[in-house]
Amino acid sequence: MIIIKTRMLGLIRGRMMSVMAGRVLTALPRSKARLLTSHPSQHLHSASSSCQKCELTSKRYNVQRGKFSAVSEHDLKFFQELLGSHRTVLGEEELEGHNTDWLRTVRGASSVLLKPKTTEEVSAILSYCDQHQLAVCPQGGNTGLVGGSVPVFDEVIVSTALMNQVESVDTWSGVVTCQAGCVLEALDQHVAQYGLMIPLDLGAKGSCHIGGNVSTNAGGLRLLRYGSLHGSVLGVEAVLASGEVVDCMSAMKKDNTGYDLKHLFIGSEGTLGLVTKVAINCPPRPAAVSLAFLGLQSFDNVLKTFKAAKDQLGEILSSCEFIDQSSMECVEGNLKIKSPLDEYPYYMLLETSGSNGDHDEEKLNNFLESTLGSGLVSDGTVATEPSKMANIWALRERIAEALILDGYTYKYDISLPLPHFYKLVEDMREHLGSNVVRCCGYGHVGDGNLHLNFTSRQYEKEILERIEPAVYEWTSQVNGSISAEHGLGFKKRNYIHYSKSLGAINLMKQMKKLMDPNGILNPYKVLPD
Amino acid sequence: MSLRVLVGCKRVIDYAVKIRVRPDKLGVVTDGVKHSMNPFDEIAIEEAVRLKEKKIAKEVVAVSCGPTQAQETIRTALAMGADRGIHVEIPAKEMEKLEPLHVSKILAKLAEQEQAELVIVGKQAIDDDSNATAQMTAALLDWPQATFASKLEKTDGELEVTREVDGGLETIKVKLPAVVSSDLRLNEPRYATLPNIMKAKKKKIAKMKPSDLGVNLASHLEVIEVVDPPTREAGIKVEDVDTLVTKLKDSGRI
Repeated sequence: MIIIKTRMLGLIRGRMMSVMAGRVLTALPRSKARLLTSHPSQHLHSASSSCQKCELTSKRYNVQRGKFSAVSEHDLKFFQELLGSHRTVLGEEELEGHNTDWLRTVRGASSVLLKPKTTEEVSAILSYCDQHQLAVCPQGGNTGLVGGSVPVFDEVIVSTALMNQVESVDTWSGVVTCQAGCVLEALDQHVAQYGLMIPLDLGAKGSCHIGGNVSTNAGGLRLLRYGSLHGSVLGVEAVLASGEVVDCMSAMKKDNTGYDLKHLFIGSEGTLGLVTKVAINCPPRPAAVSLAFLGLQSFDNVLKTFKAAKDQLGEILSSCEFIDQSSMECVEGNLKIKSPLDEYPYYMLLETSGSNGDHDEEKLNNFLESTLGSGLVSDGTVATEPSKMANIWALRERIAEALILDGYTYKYDISLPLPHFYKLVEDMREHLGSNVVRCCGYGHVGDGNLHLNFTSRQYEKEILERIEPAVYEWTSQVNGSISAEHGLGFKKRNYIHYSKSLGAINLMKQMKKLMDPNGILNPYKVLPD
Repeated sequence: MSLRVLVGCKRVIDYAVKIRVRPDKLGVVTDGVKHSMNPFDEIAIEEAVRLKEKKIAKEVVAVSCGPTQAQETIRTALAMGADRGIHVEIPAKEMEKLEPLHVSKILAKLAEQEQAELVIVGKQAIDDDSNATAQMTAALLDWPQATFASKLEKTDGELEVTREVDGGLETIKVKLPAVVSSDLRLNEPRYATLPNIMKAKKKKIAKMKPSDLGVNLASHLEVIEVVDPPTREAGIKVEDVDTLVTKLKDSGRI
């Protein structure tokens, strides 16, 4: 088993950065985990054969550099005086992990990484960069999947890694205020002490920063139950390109005073402002959680089971995911994780969360008995123990990691009307045929969000051209979204018109010009030129 | 030759849960904390069920000592394929006094009563890490013991067991009846599937008290203190190798 040093550092940094208010928090009791696991822990992965660096984004995608200045000695002196030499990281070798995305599909050439600790420092950095026409790439945990979190050229990377303080937790209202660099999993464990939970969960939780989650309006595994970040984020503090701090922080659940500016920063992927603080409305941590893992014969059964779950489990349903056989083969084969069930064409994960275990158990048992009895579900298993649930979740959460081991991943994240959901996978599978190693579909079927992935041994332009824009055209024809939750980043900016009208895109461009006249914030991303 | 296998399974705090020390520093918080079957005992149950599937065993009996909730642990064993369960009831407040020696006495008595020819338990429980029950049970029964088993095979009237030891692997033969303790690599326990979970609800769990087996829970051990391990200190960065050497010398490391 070979481990790429840079990947390990990137992911372990996420764990070490869970130092909150002076305390070290870890996800698993380490000694127990070591005693019991005979395979790598959840957040490490072994290298594939493609250890080589991927091609520079600017070369592969033929991008023209914007009219920005290059970083000079004078600029470096300013940053070093502001932050100190330990927080001004220089050199392409040191920044290898920061110049490439987690999927190893895009690579920039930045040689400056800044690590501010406070909003004031971020303000000073951006103000200076704006005055000197230096492009900036905001970076959180660098777990984004559309190339939005890494530079394309030599943009100065501004990292939120050291902005990880929790400011307050209000146990009456359930509102937590914290800096943007708090790692999601650590933040969740922190509020767990107060009987609360962060209403967002995704596979990257051990590394991603809450600021990045908010900037991309991440969806995750429990959107079905807790809604989108547009609903759960109550306040945002962001710094504009000019260095001006926009304070929209509020811990109030209802505040209709003027235009709700925070929504501009939620989902604009760092192109309108750098998010420095957030206030999040946390629901109570459920006392009882159960996870059912089911095997089904057809996608029609998947949809019917989902409907039955909504009817019979209703208010306790907290997650509804599906996995197709191809994805399961990938996880089992590449990561050597065993599925609890025999082979089925489709699998579902149904999670319930509630305040009363007996009550939930009765509902879940009745639901499982009826769907098993009617043949809708062919087989399944249920777990309530945290360790067992974590093992089952790994089958879904580590698919992306498993796909990387095939070689190169072409990743798509589509919102579709449910009747057409799996048809896209079948059509694209036929369209690509033996050109790809794998074509698989999985995802948040409960939200109508499909994760469609293709893999090949290495990147091939011909394969990309065969997929795009065919997949976007298919999506557009059923009025779906070409990016459900991943955002546009670098990779999908030129396809925005498949899901948004020209009028809307023009208004977006006007807003960008208003808020960032010099275009220094995360250039080459989100909006087309 | 078809054996009856007795398997001990302990209800412990789930290994994915963060442990917190009680304010009185005499134990850890267990109220409202998620418990599950000791992972090594799951491996023991799995091995027993596999013996039954290979027709080497004729019946698998799962035993757990504990409060009412221990029945959930037994139900899990039944869902994995055990035939019936025995719940030795020990009230929650007396659980703290339960020692490996008590459990060994209970298991030894049950092995005799049930006429079991093979007793399998996990090598250690993940809460106390004692690694003593299998050995003491064997001693009380005057049966041979094969501990840290990573492979189990039956040959005429004997068991050939591969053990994981510090120097590598050791293969021994033990005559039946015997006591075996399971190690991590013995097998990968199955998940209980829905049809089996539902069947398990109908399987029998007998209830009894330690006194019914002639075992009293007199303490031989006293817990003096339970504390967290010392918190890890932050490291410091130094500018150059000379400073590093000086700091190492100052702290007496070199």
